[in-house]
Order: sequence, then structure tokens, then C-alpha cells
Amino acid sequence: MSVSATLKYMVNVNIIGKTALGWQRRRAEHSTFSSSKWRTDILSEPLRIGARTKELISLHYLAGRYANGHRPVAWVTSGGPVEILQALGYYVLYPENHGALCGARRAVVDISTEAENAGYSRDICSYARTDIGSVLSGKTPVGKLPKPDLLLACTNICQTVLHWYRVLADHFNVPLILIDTPFVYDEAPDHAIKFVRRQLEDSIPVSEQVAGKTLEYKKLQEVLQLSKDATELWLEIMGRGKQHPAPLSVFDQFIHMAPIVEMRGLKTTVDFYSQLLKELDERISKGIGALKKERKRLLWDNLPIWYRLRYLSEYLAERGIAVVASTYTNAWGELAPLINVDKPLDSMARTYLYPILNKGTKYKLNTMRRMVEDFDLNGVILHSDRSCKPYSIGQVDQRNRLIKEYNIPALLLEADHDDPRAYAEEQVASRLAAFMEMLED
Amino acid sequence: MEEVKALGIDVGSTTVKLTAVDAQGKLIWHHLEGADPRVEDQVDHFFNLMREHGFDGKELPMVATGYGRNLVEQAEKKVTEITCHATGVYNQLGHGGTLVDIGGQDSKVIIIGENSQVVDFAMNDKCAAGTGRFLENTAGRLRVPLDRMGVEALSAAEEVAISSTCTVFAESEIISMIAHGVEVNPILKGLHRSLILRIVAMIRSVGLVPPLMLSGGVVKNPAIREMITQELGEQVTMPEYPQLMGAYGAALIALKNSNRA
Repeated sequence: MSVSATLKYMVNVNIIGKTALGWQRRRAEHSTFSSSKWRTDILSEPLRIGARTKELISLHYLAGRYANGHRPVAWVTSGGPVEILQALGYYVLYPENHGALCGARRAVVDISTEAENAGYSRDICSYARTDIGSVLSGKTPVGKLPKPDLLLACTNICQTVLHWYRVLADHFNVPLILIDTPFVYDEAPDHAIKFVRRQLEDSIPVSEQVAGKTLEYKKLQEVLQLSKDATELWLEIMGRGKQHPAPLSVFDQFIHMAPIVEMRGLKTTVDFYSQLLKELDERISKGIGALKKERKRLLWDNLPIWYRLRYLSEYLAERGIAVVASTYTNAWGELAPLINVDKPLDSMARTYLYPILNKGTKYKLNTMRRMVEDFDLNGVILHSDRSCKPYSIGQVDQRNRLIKEYNIPALLLEADHDDPRAYAEEQVASRLAAFMEMLED
Repeated sequence: MEEVKALGIDVGSTTVKLTAVDAQGKLIWHHLEGADPRVEDQVDHFFNLMREHGFDGKELPMVATGYGRNLVEQAEKKVTEITCHATGVYNQLGHGGTLVDIGGQDSKVIIIGENSQVVDFAMNDKCAAGTGRFLENTAGRLRVPLDRMGVEALSAAEEVAISSTCTVFAESEIISMIAHGVEVNPILKGLHRSLILRIVAMIRSVGLVPPLMLSGGVVKNPAIREMITQELGEQVTMPEYPQLMGAYGAALIALKNSNRA
């Protein structure tokens, strides 16, 4: 770690960045003029927390920009056990979140082409292509990404991460920690939990060595508690969608989920979600819904279509369709009860074995059915995501079973979470319109 | 001619169809022509045509469907092809079941319930495989006119397997077959098979609810009808004007809405 890097970090992040971004947020919070480009004739005014979300994310990437040399940097997969790294003071970057941001800013085609030109197939996940393209070209909408000192890939979301992170390890020539999580069909057997626990234990000396410090057990417990608190709050926030009208849509959830993914284990994240929950309760007490007029309610399965969030949100809102719950955002909340601060490594092993993508398709079908009931929904949109194979496998079957066995209308929508080249607007619109007509019958 | 009470227009990718119905919802007049890229001009021309036939379309309730539906300003409502085809076919044949509509640009499988409502549907994915365009492009390479394709294919005793479902790849495959001296008709038959297998997969993904019904311009081709029956072991029924069912359904919806108003 270098003194000049620390100095630069302190000045640019802690002094200038925090002050400027804080001022920007306060100004946005107190402004009576809404700068939202989203249609407020059909959607409610955007959540006030939006200003805070923007501040948090901007500060996160700003910190990343000046992290090298000041703090150890780790790149982590979205389902990766991050608490050990947080407790060791790592700056943690999530290439998948960065990919989502590139998608929302419509930068994916340009960046991904850099990877494709280097020989990476377009059949590979668009997050992976975007990340590799960004690494190879330096292109990113956030200015600059820090170089990793350590990589951590956890296979609980897919197998692509394994190969993707090997590419990164080779490129950056840094250690790669692999946490291999055996697939869970029903309940995780003891040997699977032990297996993951042992890998977590093995990851500690490597993480310590790169960070140049020793992990304090108490600090790990603190981080884990903050992780649990934020996850519980997120779960509660999503639960507010059960209200009629729902105070937040899944499009709101997609926008405000970044901290629960990339800032778990931090106090600011807990504060952020407490504030969001408070705002939602205010909305509920005033009867304000995410939509001005909510007529039907749907479930969203799979990742968002990042580059068409606004279009889809408005297209549906125009027809009175509120998408109020999603299996995807739920994945970052449903594991909260498994986190046990008194048994950090055991509970982490269990928690990171149980994400929806590491469990059988039956579990997902049951989750969808339960959510349809709990949230009082009229149907399901299953986004068949060309990039995310583990999420999309079984969807044809799940859709058919929702319709035939449970009488729940369901639509399969083909797209890609990040790559607009695998998306056809006219076809999506005609399928959605036909589905809406079907719901009206 | 009985009095026209409502109109339906289907602005498809290949053809534009206009239908007129009487107070009982009977199809009493129709017009079909190739799709013009200037949809608004074509609709104007349709109104002139209606005047020539003795009625003023602008005074009548109208529903538009098809890809260009949003460009038909005169239409009071725009409804998707799915709902319109289901409505049209149900009224023509008098029952629900599984409707397979094969159009120029897309194909659909629609499960129609007992009361004409759409229970479920599936459409072809982003490429042109499984649509009329597949046959049009590939048969174009063989210099066989569209209206002869089916008959020629059925007359072939042999059939060659076309492995590509992709329109572009299938074309290259055909070129290579021609270069190897393969006869035209067996290739044609193979092309039909390729299309049908794609459609059958889509029907199976939704789950066939008998009876099986066909609509869309492509089903005028006899080989399509025969091969679907072969593959599914299910007899098919067809309305008198399969190509008009979208426009007819649109007219029926317009009529129903005007009666309700």
C-alpha cells in the first residue's frame, strides 16, 4: 500500500467525492422539480431514495477508481461470500453489477464487441463478455475500474463464472479463490456444507496474505450481522409489494438493488434500506402505488432486461399492469434467515449453498407459485434470458405447469439481460400485448 | 350486398387484408393485396376501394391488427393478431382447440378455450425459421412459384433432409445440393419437412388441445396441411379463408364493441 495512493484516495473520495455527491443528493432531495425522465402520468413520482441510490453507487465507483495502492481490491461474483473480504477491508467490485450498469447505460454492445474481437463467442454470457471487453479495452461508463489483487468466484450462480474468472486470473496474474458449491436438489447434505465450509476456511489465509492483515473473528461477526440486517430489510421491502396498490414495482427493485448485491456487510447499506422501507411505509399510509392506476399484478422471473427497463415499465404501466414481485430480486432476500452470526463459517457455507440458481427447478416453480399467492398476482412473465442459462433452463416446463396445473397465465419472453442484439422490440411488444389481452378476458 | 356494419384490417408483413361484416358478423366482403411499405397510403387506397364498392369505410367501426396495426389511424382500436385470429377462427368453425397460424413473418400456436378466449399461445422466436418467409426464400432459389411449391413437394417420391432450420443456412444447403445434382422436388419436400418440424415443436411446447385448426396464408399450401397431419397424427380443419382470419376477427371485435357502445 502506498502513501501517495492513500492520500489521493482520502482527498478524492473522502473529501471531494463525499462532499460533492452529498451536496448533489441533498439538492435533488430538496428540489421540487422532478428530473425523472420516466412518465409520471402513469407512474408515481420516483422514490425519493433515488437520490441516495445515485450517491451510493457513484461513491462506490469513485472509491474503486482510487482504491489501487490504498486498499486491497477483490473482484467477486454476485453470489460470492463477501463477508470475509469486507472484514479484511477489501474494496469489493462486482463485475456483474458493473455489467448491469453498462447495460442500463447502453454501453454493452460497444464493450462486448471488444471481447468478441478477441475471440470470445457471442454465446457466452453478456456480463462475462462485457467484463472481459472492459478489461481488454479499458472502456467503462464509470471512468475507471480498479485492478484486482484477488479474485473470488463462487459457482452457486453458474459455471460460467469459473471460466470467466480463470480468464481474469490469467490476465491480471492474481490469485483466484474458487468456492465450489455442489448443486442442492432438496436439502444440502452435511458433507456439502462441510465441503463449502472447508473452502471458506482455506480462502482466509489467501485473503489475509493479499490484504496483508489478519482476519479478526469479531470483525467478521460484525460484517455478517450487517449483511443479515441489510438482507432482512431487503426482504421486508420486497414484502411491501403485497400491498394494494404495491408501493414499489420490480423495476424500482431492479434500480435500488445494487447496494444489496455489491455493498453487503456495510453499515451504509443497512441505513439505506431502512430509509427505503420508511419511504415505502409512508407511501402505503397514503395509498400511493408505484403505478397511478394498478389494475393487474404480475411476477417477473429471471434477470431484468437492463437496457429496456424504462420501456417495459412504461409499456406495462400504460396498461395498468404492475409487476410487483420477482424471483430474481427475491434471491437477495430469501436467505436472510440462514445467516447466523454465532456460527459465521457454518452459516455462510449454508447460505451460499442455497441461492435459487443452485437449487432444483422444482424449487423455482414452487417459489413462483408461492409468490403468485402471497402477492395476489394475476400472472407471470418469464424472461428467457439468452445469457443466463441456469436461470432460463426449465422455464418452458415451468411456464406450462403454471398454466396447466395451477391455472396461472404465464408468458415466456425471449431476450437477453444485457445484449440488445438478442432482443427484438416488435416481437416482445406483440407478445406482451397479446398476453395483456389474454389477462383481460 | 348486405349492409356492412364493421371492418377489420390486418396489416401483415407480406399482405394486407381488409374484411367487412354484416350485423350478424358474417363475412360479406374482403380485399387482399401485397403489403406496401407506406401503410397510411395503402389504407387510404382501401377506403377509396370501399367507396367504389358502395360503402363508406370511414363511417364504420374498425379494428386493426397485424404488425402495422398502430399505423392505421382510422381504427378505433388495435388488437393483436393472437386475439383476432382466435376470434375469427372460433366464429368460422364454431369451436375452440389448437389454432396454428403460419404467416409470412411469424407463426403462432394459439389455444382457444370454449368461449373463444385465448388460453395460451406461443410464437416463433426471433428468426424466420418456421414462417412463410423460410419457404419463400429457399424456394425462390429453386425457381418454383409459391403457389406450386406444395403440389411439387407432394409429388416427390424421395425426400432429402435439410438440417438447417435457419433460412440463411438452409439456402446454402440447397445451393450445395443443387451443385451435387439433387433433384428439385425432393429438396422442396425436405424444406417443407423442416418448416413443419419447427411448427410441430412449437405445438408440442404448448401442448396440443384437439381439434387442430390452421390459418394464415401459408396453410393454403397443401403440403403443409398434409405434413402436419402426418407428423401429429391429427386431422386438421381449416376455415374457408384461412388468410383472412386475423382481419375477420378484427371486424368481429369492432362489431362487438359497436354493439356494446
